[in-house]
Amino acid sequence: MNIEFDELMSKNIILKKGLNIKLEGKADKVYASTKPPKSYAIKPDDFHNLTPKLAVKESERVSAGDCIFFDKYNKRIKICSPVSGSVKAIIRGEKRKILQVVIDTDQEIKYKNFNVNKSESKDDIIGLLLDSGLWPFFRQKPFDIIANPEDNPKAIFISSFSSSPLATDNDFALYGLDELFQVGLDKITKLTTGRTHLNVDGNTIPSKVFTSAKGVQINKVSGPHPSGNVGIQIHHIDPINKGDVVWYLSPQDVISIGRLFHEGKADFSRIVSLSGSMVLKPRYYRMVAGACIFPLLENNVNEGEKRIISGDVLTGKKISEKGYLGFYDTQICVIPEGNSSEFLGWLLPGFHKFSMSKTFFSWLFPNKRFNLNTNNNGEERAFVVTGQYEKVLPMNIFPMQLIKSIMMEDIEMMEGLGIYEVSSEDFALCEFVCTSKMDVQNIIRKGLDLMLKENS
Amino acid sequence: MKVFRNLLDAIKPNFERGGKLEKLYPAYDAFETFLFVPDHTTKKGTHIKDAIDLKRTMFMVIVALIPCVLFGMWNVGYQYSIASGESMTFIKQFNFGFWKFLPLIIVSYAVGLAVEFAFAVLRGHQVNEGYLVTGMLIPLTMPIDVPLWMLAISVIFAVVIGKEVFGGTGMNILNPALTARAFLFFAYPSWMSGDKVWVQNASVDGYSGATILGDLASSMNWQSLSGQWSMSDMFFGTVPGSVGETSMVAIILGALILLFTGVGSWRIILSTFIGGYFMAYLFNLWGYNELMSTPAHIHLMIGSFAFGAVFMATDPVTASQTNKGKYIYGFLIGVFAILIRTFNPAYPEGMMLAILLMNIFAPLIDHYIVLANVNKRLKRATV
Repeated sequence: MNIEFDELMSKNIILKKGLNIKLEGKADKVYASTKPPKSYAIKPDDFHNLTPKLAVKESERVSAGDCIFFDKYNKRIKICSPVSGSVKAIIRGEKRKILQVVIDTDQEIKYKNFNVNKSESKDDIIGLLLDSGLWPFFRQKPFDIIANPEDNPKAIFISSFSSSPLATDNDFALYGLDELFQVGLDKITKLTTGRTHLNVDGNTIPSKVFTSAKGVQINKVSGPHPSGNVGIQIHHIDPINKGDVVWYLSPQDVISIGRLFHEGKADFSRIVSLSGSMVLKPRYYRMVAGACIFPLLENNVNEGEKRIISGDVLTGKKISEKGYLGFYDTQICVIPEGNSSEFLGWLLPGFHKFSMSKTFFSWLFPNKRFNLNTNNNGEERAFVVTGQYEKVLPMNIFPMQLIKSIMMEDIEMMEGLGIYEVSSEDFALCEFVCTSKMDVQNIIRKGLDLMLKENS
Repeated sequence: MKVFRNLLDAIKPNFERGGKLEKLYPAYDAFETFLFVPDHTTKKGTHIKDAIDLKRTMFMVIVALIPCVLFGMWNVGYQYSIASGESMTFIKQFNFGFWKFLPLIIVSYAVGLAVEFAFAVLRGHQVNEGYLVTGMLIPLTMPIDVPLWMLAISVIFAVVIGKEVFGGTGMNILNPALTARAFLFFAYPSWMSGDKVWVQNASVDGYSGATILGDLASSMNWQSLSGQWSMSDMFFGTVPGSVGETSMVAIILGALILLFTGVGSWRIILSTFIGGYFMAYLFNLWGYNELMSTPAHIHLMIGSFAFGAVFMATDPVTASQTNKGKYIYGFLIGVFAILIRTFNPAYPEGMMLAILLMNIFAPLIDHYIVLANVNKRLKRATV
């Protein structure tokens, strides 16, 4: 591929809208180690729209890379064990829905071997990715679901950075992994006849792991959060129209793919940041997807009620102290629960209260890092304030009108207003700033699910 | 505060499901959440939330109204002292106005909140905070001499017909505060226009308590009026008029608070003033009657133009909801306010009617702006 041509095409996108939420408890760029977790779990809920069909029974032995369950409606999509060990429990909820498949791990992980010698054509690469269980790293827009291997995406997107609060620093996590990253990219670029876009952080000087990548179009994106969201980037670089499919994955997934084709094993390990104001020593750890997070928190968190989140504070999932790292997550956040009422809280000056508006006197300290808890800060109300969502959504989309069309299930209007271009994570800030405390992300997800049903 | 908490916790079971007063839960909830930001935590979606809520937003508007309230109170006393010829100290003037204006505020809040609570209880929904602002805006747009029963009726009309029939806060089409004023204006015209109502007890000694707009509408010459009222009178607001509308200084202070905190829309305020100036300037060139030849910048200072632009037009529920729409909406309010003022001397107060008119057109403006976005997307898909 002609590299100079790529450089010509590369875009420099400067976003003005958005909001950086500065929180206490940012992880220091230091690696720490812990006792290796004994328990792992795969949660089908991590894979939206996938109907799990179990491939293992309780107490069955598995190696890393063995199939645990697959999609009932697309049997090629397998979710594999990230470690070797034995299936300890299959935990089910209401209507026998599978919540977790828990695996007790061996002392040392035994990897299943994959023959990667024949991996030049698109079909070979996809076949290997599917067999090894790395395929679920490829997700598609619209709908934010696991990509369909039969599709021919018009482009593949990789956002090299996250702009969310307390985000894991990928420049740090991928330091020195230039070669593996390139091996992964070389395979990924073969999966589309279109372009593969690697979007780097324009707010800083990005790591050379990203800037020296070959065979991809490198775009610079700068501005406040959500500039690092791949959906926002796609909207500005190559927007999705009805009928289009775009695939995306994250930089650490590229490393896993690189390892598969380099070493022939399915390695689900990644660098995870532990952060948040309740953590005594916020640092970075090497962890495998699905690992129990308890060893990280042991003797490392403050007293008091806390919320543990797999993922970031805007889009992550609540887990328990003995919960498990999500399949896609590279971050664990621990923040205080806000389950206490505050006397005349809405009337006080609020020096310690964070708000996008300047209605609290915290505007006096623009550089302060805030210790936010999980209090809802008010009750849900009807839509009153307008123009708020627009300030934090750097897209040419009318957020409030789109949300209302979803509430009314007006399919034509949803399409017209750009439902195919949005993801719930892109609306997380809208939900954060909402005066009326609407659950915006959930509404967007419902809208996407409705369209998914309409289109199938 | 412990006392309040214990008291609330003690009586709470009565209002909860199965309690004796379960039907009154919305009323209890309103009091509880007024005293305490509830202990509700985030369930799904974002785990942290912006500190702002509707109570804080409405409270900020009240803060922005304080300069208008305080100045208005003093001006009531000041106008009275001019009319009656009685010499009064500054404090005395303020006191006079304070005791005249306080009953209006009390009646407005008591009646309005009673209706709000009644609807909340009947419908089983929470009491919305919107009335905190409406309840203050209504007396500020009234002449000081308005009888309390009239005020009460207009408040009931505004809350029931202006808001609740559409489904309550957030669903209404017309600005409730202006609905109250429009109701009085058309139901009791003799009380809301003419010379005698704007100054307390103005009938004494044949003093004319007419507003500047009233004088202009009755074909009084601008030059002769400017002998009576100087520019600085109009800017500082030492002229007759509704309680809150006269002082540009107080209104500008309020506007600054709204804009700085991000509660009010600068797009609407700015475009309203531009629209008004544009229209008044065009009429200046024409110069057919006294109102037309009144200088454009004076037009923006007299009557309720500025008060309406800052506090009424910016009501987010009844204004345009798209950013582009806000420019059009504001501009047309300015244009229509001056147009109505100039061409219909029977209603020299064009601002109220202009805002109500544009309230009705706001959804149409938004419709076309949203349609443009839809069409643009459609075009992109087919290229």
